[in-house]
Amino acid sequence: MTMLPEPSAIKLGLVIDLDICVGCQACVVNCKEWNTSGYGAPLADSDAYGESPTGAWLNRVHAYEAGDGANSRTVHFPKSCLHCEEAPCVTVCPTGASFKRAEDGIVLVNEDWCIGCGLCAWSCPYGARELDPAEGVMKKCTLCVDRIYNDNLPQEDQVPACVRTCPTNARHFGDLGDPNSEVSQMVAARSGMDLMPEQGTKPVNKYLPPRPRRAADEAPVSLVAMAEADTPTGFWKWVDSALDRLG
Amino acid sequence: MRPAWSIIFFTTMSGLGLGLAGWIILGLLPLMTPASVMGVGIATLTLIGAGLISSTFHLGHPERAWRALSQWRSSWLSREGVLAVIVMVGLAAWFLAAYGGLRVPFWANLVLLVLLYVTVYATSMIYASLKTVARWHHPLTPVCYLMFAAAGGLLATLALLAILRLPITAALAQAAIVLMLSAWGVKLAWWRLAGMAQHAGSIESATGLGQLGAVRPLMPPHTEENYLQHEMGFVVARKHADKLRMIALALGGGLPVLVLLLAPASAGALAVAVLAHVAGMFVERWLFFAEAKHVVTLYYGEAA
Repeated sequence: MTMLPEPSAIKLGLVIDLDICVGCQACVVNCKEWNTSGYGAPLADSDAYGESPTGAWLNRVHAYEAGDGANSRTVHFPKSCLHCEEAPCVTVCPTGASFKRAEDGIVLVNEDWCIGCGLCAWSCPYGARELDPAEGVMKKCTLCVDRIYNDNLPQEDQVPACVRTCPTNARHFGDLGDPNSEVSQMVAARSGMDLMPEQGTKPVNKYLPPRPRRAADEAPVSLVAMAEADTPTGFWKWVDSALDRLG
Repeated sequence: MRPAWSIIFFTTMSGLGLGLAGWIILGLLPLMTPASVMGVGIATLTLIGAGLISSTFHLGHPERAWRALSQWRSSWLSREGVLAVIVMVGLAAWFLAAYGGLRVPFWANLVLLVLLYVTVYATSMIYASLKTVARWHHPLTPVCYLMFAAAGGLLATLALLAILRLPITAALAQAAIVLMLSAWGVKLAWWRLAGMAQHAGSIESATGLGQLGAVRPLMPPHTEENYLQHEMGFVVARKHADKLRMIALALGGGLPVLVLLLAPASAGALAVAVLAHVAGMFVERWLFFAEAKHVVTLYYGEAA
């Protein structure tokens, strides 16, 4: 049923650290790889080797410039499904294909039921859903439900592919329903935030804002000064004193 | 939003068909001969049915469309589907009863009439319930759909009266004029009010980076257009919106009103008026979709 379940005690989700992400796209590529070869229908592309290749991706990394002048900075911004508590994509679905799991809060699509009407993509403010161009069904982040509960994988691989692959540890996976979990504590310590809270979707995934910069009045380190000794030695000491004597 | 032809056809034709059925049930079209009952019945059900069938053409899996009837508890799309099926069956029974000369009880007429308009309302709520598209998420959106169904339906009823050589009273033609002008009046108000409706959000709230200052997109997350930009980032209509609104208004409202004023009894003129109204409604519906901005475009640097 596409009614939303009662809020679950366990809320599995991601915490994404915007201070750390370097925009390397490794999570994007590994997500595509895992979801093309694993769960459900392949994550297809159209015109993959042609003039204008397009395709369905479940995770994309934007880059933004924020602030002005000396305080401006580049922020790499990964975006995938936020597994919302009040997921509008679930309630608009006319077939029951889109659903939120009662036991852990993961939002999934039953690809055998999906008619590909696209209404869930229209209802999602975050652009977390893309219609598969070959399969005609809606695709979305599954939180790698086929990894995190897969006992055939080694313990360290039982996390979403994007989390496992991130070379900078900008992505974290855990239970955001448990206030004592590592992810919940990160959110509490770093003022983790929701995207577009005004849409009322109550996302489970949280974003950690970039840390404040070092104070602007701190003197910048001169790399040239680091290379040149203040008091020369040897030959240059003799040159220095000889020239001084010349007046 | 990218306008899908099948959805434009669906909302226009089903709306017109349901509006027409409403006036027939109210008894505005005295269906005295079996031939006219069957003809009008088939025409009405074809309008509604063709619209419904066309709506499945944009689906990735049309063969599973029946599944869309299951989620009426939460989904307006599902509610619309269920109501449309009930109404189609009810109307078929109504026309068969009329063909057989049976007297349909007043309460049954009333129930069918209410169901007809609730179906139109459900169609409008598919779009009006989406918080992600600010201009659709407006109380006047369903009013527009309901008014156009009523006005277009009455115009089609008058055309059928003329074609069947039944008398059209001056009062009926005047009522059609008032209804048509009111419908476009509401639409003009919608263009003005809902068109001004802005998303509460901005690129700063969308990214949560507002505390750092103004946010600008630096790099897209891909090198080619993606599904989201294709589906939600449609811009052609906004460029020509003013001209297209005039065309919609002139064809959909102006010409029909002119015909109702000058030749309210001419079958030919009324048929042309109905066709012009449908053409105008196509432009109006195309604009409804094409002008709408989706909040996700904020991530791509669009001012929503």
